[in-house]
Parts: sequence; C-alpha cells; structure tokens
Amino acid sequence: MTDMVLLGDEAVAVGAVHAGLTAAYAYPGTPSTEILEYLVRYQKKHGGPHAAWCANEKTAYEEALGVSFAGRRAMTSMKHVGLNVAADPFMNSAIVSINGGLVVVVADDPGMHSSQNEQDTRYYADFARIVCLEPANQQEAYDMTREAFDLSERFKIPVLIRLVTRLAHSRAAVRVRDARPQNPVRKPPVASSWILLPANARRQWHDLLGRQPQFVEWSESGEFNRLRLNEERRNLGVITTGIARNYYVESLDELGYQPSHLHIGAYPVPVELVRRLLGHVSRVLVLEEGYPFVERMLRGIVAPDIEVLGKESGAVPPDGELTPDIVRRAMGLRDRRGQEIPGLSLPNRPPQLCTGCPHADSFDAVKQAIAGFESAVVTSDIGCYTLGALPPYSAVESCVCMGASVGMAKGASEAGLKPALAMIGDSTFLHSGVAPLMDAVAANTDMTLLILDNETTAMTGGQPTILPPSRIGKLVLGLGVDPAHCHVITAHHRHTEGNRKLIRKEVEYPGLSVIIAVRECVETLKTKKKAS
Amino acid sequence: MKYDIILAGVGGQGVLSVSAIIASSAMKEGLYVKQSEVHGMSQRGGAVLANLRLADAPIASDLIPLGSAALILSMEPLESLRYLAYLSPEGALVTSTNPVVNIPDYPDLEGLLGHVRTLPQSRLVDGENLARAAGSARATNMVMVGAASHRLPVKVETLEHYIQTTFAAKGEKVVETNLRAFRAGREAAA
Repeated sequence: MTDMVLLGDEAVAVGAVHAGLTAAYAYPGTPSTEILEYLVRYQKKHGGPHAAWCANEKTAYEEALGVSFAGRRAMTSMKHVGLNVAADPFMNSAIVSINGGLVVVVADDPGMHSSQNEQDTRYYADFARIVCLEPANQQEAYDMTREAFDLSERFKIPVLIRLVTRLAHSRAAVRVRDARPQNPVRKPPVASSWILLPANARRQWHDLLGRQPQFVEWSESGEFNRLRLNEERRNLGVITTGIARNYYVESLDELGYQPSHLHIGAYPVPVELVRRLLGHVSRVLVLEEGYPFVERMLRGIVAPDIEVLGKESGAVPPDGELTPDIVRRAMGLRDRRGQEIPGLSLPNRPPQLCTGCPHADSFDAVKQAIAGFESAVVTSDIGCYTLGALPPYSAVESCVCMGASVGMAKGASEAGLKPALAMIGDSTFLHSGVAPLMDAVAANTDMTLLILDNETTAMTGGQPTILPPSRIGKLVLGLGVDPAHCHVITAHHRHTEGNRKLIRKEVEYPGLSVIIAVRECVETLKTKKKAS
Repeated sequence: MKYDIILAGVGGQGVLSVSAIIASSAMKEGLYVKQSEVHGMSQRGGAVLANLRLADAPIASDLIPLGSAALILSMEPLESLRYLAYLSPEGALVTSTNPVVNIPDYPDLEGLLGHVRTLPQSRLVDGENLARAAGSARATNMVMVGAASHRLPVKVETLEHYIQTTFAAKGEKVVETNLRAFRAGREAAA
C-alpha cells in the first residue's frame, strides 16, 4: 500500500491501470481530460497500457468496445456532452454481453465551468439500464474504478463512473493497492450476443431487463450505499449522493447531531434502503450534485406521505453546483459571514484569447470581410475561438455543440441568411465537422467554411489533433469541394488585408467555399520551444 | 487544526504552482490536504481561484465554505478582493500590488490598494519588483509564497525544499532565482 497525491481524474486513471487495463481511449473535454493525459504519460514511461486520443467520443467508445470484445479490459473517458456523441455505441453496448471489463468514465460539469449545459449522466446509466458508480472523493475514485471493471465482467455490462468537476480537479492523497494483471485475449463465448440483429437484440434486451433485480440487490448490499438510522430522532433523514456527502459531513459539527443518513454512491438506486429511511423519518432532505435524479424518484406522481426537501422544493437551488454553503442553508444552519468592504464592486475578468493568438487575427479579417452585408450570419463552434463571441471581437453568433457551426450555416443559408459563414477549429472539424461538410458539398450550398487550424486541441491544454494539419486540405478536397474555392491562408495580422479580400470574394461566391486559416497556437508553440 | 487558503490570480500567474508547493509541504509535515484547482476555459487570462485546505484530521469538502479561510493569498490586487466573503473575520489577506490590466474597466489601482489596507489584517507586497531583483519577474508567485510563509502552518525549510524540487527540472539557475524570490518575499512581509 502506498500513498499517491492525485486529482480525482488521475485516481481513476491509476485505478484503471491497477485493475489490469489493456487500453484507454478518449477525446479531450473539460473536466475529463486529465484521465487520458495521465495514461498517455504512463504509457510513455512504462510502455503500456495503450492510451490514445481519438477523433471523437464515439470512435473512442467503439475502440474500447473492440478491446472488450477481445476479452480484455478497456476504458473510455469523456465529458458529459461527449456521451451524447457516443450515445449510440453506449446504449447498444449495454445489450451485448460485455466480455472484457468496459468502464465508461463521464465527468459532469454542474455549474458549467467549461461547458454548454449541465446534463446529469446518471440519467444515461438509467436509460441504458446499467450500473453507475459515483465517487465522493479521490480514494473512492480509485477504489470504484477498480471495482467497476470487476462488476462489468460479473454483470456483462459496461459500468459507468460519474465524476463531477470538483472531484475531477481536486487533489488529495490516495492509498493504492497492488496491480492486477491484464486479461488474456479471449473472444466472447457466445458469438451471437454481439450481433445485434433484431432476433438477437430482443433476446439480449430481455435478458438485460431480467437481470435488473440482481443489480438492485447488489446496490442494496454493497459497500458504496450506506444507511445509518438515528434511533433517537426521527425529525429528519438525509440522502446524499456523490460529493454532496462531503458538504453534508462538514455541516454536522455545527448541527450537533447526526440525522438518519443514506449515502448513495452506486446505482440503480438501492430501493430497500431508501424505503427503510423513509419509513423512519418524517422529513427527508435530498442532496445531490446535478439534476434532482433521486429526489424526483422519491416524489413520483403519487405524492409520498412524508415531506421531501431538495431542488424541487426550493430547499436547494435547481441549477448550478452545490457548495458547502448551499448545503448548510438546506440543513437549516446560518450562513457564516466573511469579510466585506461596503460598496465595493469589482469588474469581472472573463477568459480571453492569449496575446498573439491566431484566432484573433482571423476574427479581425472576418469582421472586416462581412462588413456591410445586411443579413450575414457567422456561426461558430466549441473551442478557444468561442471567445470570439465576447468583446472586443463580438464576431460570432452561435455556439451550440461540436460541429454545429457547419450544419447551422448550411441551414441558415438555405433559409435565406446570406452570406453564411461558419468558423470551426481543426480538432472540432475532425471531431464532428466533416459529415455536415459532406452535406454542404452534396447540395453545393452557398456558404463559406473557415477552418481555424491552430494545429492542436487548444482549449483543453494542447492535445494533438487526430490528423496532422497538412492533411486537412486534402481531406476537404477529397470530399469534393471545388479546388478553385478551397484556400489555405496564414492567420497572422500581417496578412489581414489579403485574408479579408479573399474571405470577401468567397462569401460573395454563390456556392460552397472552404478557407483553412493556419497558424500554430501560441501556447503549444511555447511548450515546444521550452521542450527543445 | 484547520487552515483554509484561497489562492487567487489571473490565468498564467502560477497560482497552481503556489498551491502545489504549499500542499506538498503540508503533506510532508503530516497534514491532510485537499487542493481544488481550476482547469479549462477559465485558465485563459481570466480570474483563477484555487482552494487549498490543510488540517490535522481528514477533510471532507474540496471547497472552502464562506467566512472560513484563514488566508487569501493573491498574485494580483483586483483578484485579492474578489473572494473576501470566504475570508474569516480573523483571516489575513496577502497580495501582490502589481495589477494585470487585461480588461477595459480595470479599477483605479490606488483605490484597490486603499481597500486592501482597510482590512484588519492585510499585507501588500511589490511582488514583481522583488522577483525581478531576484532574477526574474516570472518568480512573482514565489515572492508571494515567501510573503505568506510567516502565516502558513508549515516550516520554511519544507517550503524551500519543495521550491527546489518543483523547479529542479528547469536547472540550478531557475531554482536559485525562485529561492531568492521566496526569501525576498519572506523578508518583505516580516
């Protein structure tokens, strides 16, 4: 047994290595990125397990699925919205009989520190009818990851681990145990269990549904869900899930007694434990990070005969992340007062593009190029360049999901907004922009696609893009874009005037144009210079 | 014993290195530590906040509750005032006086420093000049660790040890610069 100081993300990575991981796949996304980053460093140092960045979360998931098919242990990690991209393989992998342990780690971002929404991944686990583990601290992140591989092989399902930002990005000491060896290669014993033709899929789905009581029984008797009843007092019961427990525990000193308490760290919800708690108290407070997942189950449609407090009652705010102070208030404790300077009001300091960023030069050129058009539209995408929505640029009008800039520009153009210009980064283009560009080629849509090629996945810390930058132009031409309207330019203020003219000419052309604006991210360039 | 620290600054000022050095030192001395960091979008030139919690018993929450921090240690004066609600009534604020002006509505600097001086326990340190004198303006964050060192529940030797190990990979010269910066900050806040 040794202690290591690890981020929650890193504790998952080490747990996976010690569980006999054979391969891990991911696309970067805050707050999940550090999981695979750790494994990539680990592989460089120790020669394995295999760790690879992928084109997107769907391809990452499917590669992990192939490892499981081969009987070996695999992990895929992503941010919460990444699971939307990987939802197809995710849902169907619940129905095949998982062979080698398959662990899906999804890091939710309640409070939207670096995200477009705060969807709660526990619903996906429920949707797929599989088991989900929700660690409360770094030690549990390690322990649960190890356990998740065993569970996956025992129940023949993918097992989901749900992290949240505050655990993913917080560091503490973790006690680690001896590593288990990797599995040998071994194909699935029943071949038809992986061929989801309707006849097989019906059987597999029926079988998965039939095993639900086993999952609940495991969840009720397992070590991750613990019920403690206070025999003296019946005025309040508390249900915590995941990291909400930490805030609850901190409030206990001041509360002066321990209410009856059920902690849920494993799903499906341990029904019998919940019933025992509810039968014991007159009021229950539900503290959970994310959506009111457990709370809504308690409420149901037929009103329960005890009072339920939580996000839907207003005891806890319905959105945003939990804090120790929100939990104190919900427990009936008074706010602690800090210091203040009366009347002091401070300006915000939002994130911004780095000095010398190539995107800044692209925004300048675009703004000048589309000046004077009455019904122009500039769609954008997910990456550093989304900051082009903020002053001083205020250059883009949309940011929805990976790749949406391309399809949205096509739709907006077809609806009559012209010129339509889409701005997307190189990594985001390769992730989800190629397919909608195919649509635009097929229709020869009157739109211009500007690919901002900074040769990296910058926002998440400079991971390599899946194809080298030189190949993006060939890919675009290969899709059938007219070479006369496909250009590569340098995103530098020295070229802004020339770039403006070219962009202007192409947005005026009544067909599809693609412009690739190339210059390496200043941050990755700095890192490379330091390394050499 | 519980000692909660709010670390503040602007993306790129080395807040995470400050956090790592204090955290490693505390662990070396047998304390429990939780260190919550900001990664991702907010790191791009925006306000950066780290929560560092030290205690002699296990710590549950990764986040510091309002009114509980013993110390706000800031690399930048505007940022030092952003988290006052977390500072306990007896808590101290230690900040560099050097502004990072990357927003159009940055307030009057003298006004900001005047606000800091009204707090019951505050210490202003010209981190950038001391760091430059020590060899590099980039070592401002280590000046600030030095300035806070009088209040931290860890030994000076331990902090110096982890400054050495943190910068060892960058060569002896960088290590020396950072140690000098640390000592200059410590002296300035004595």
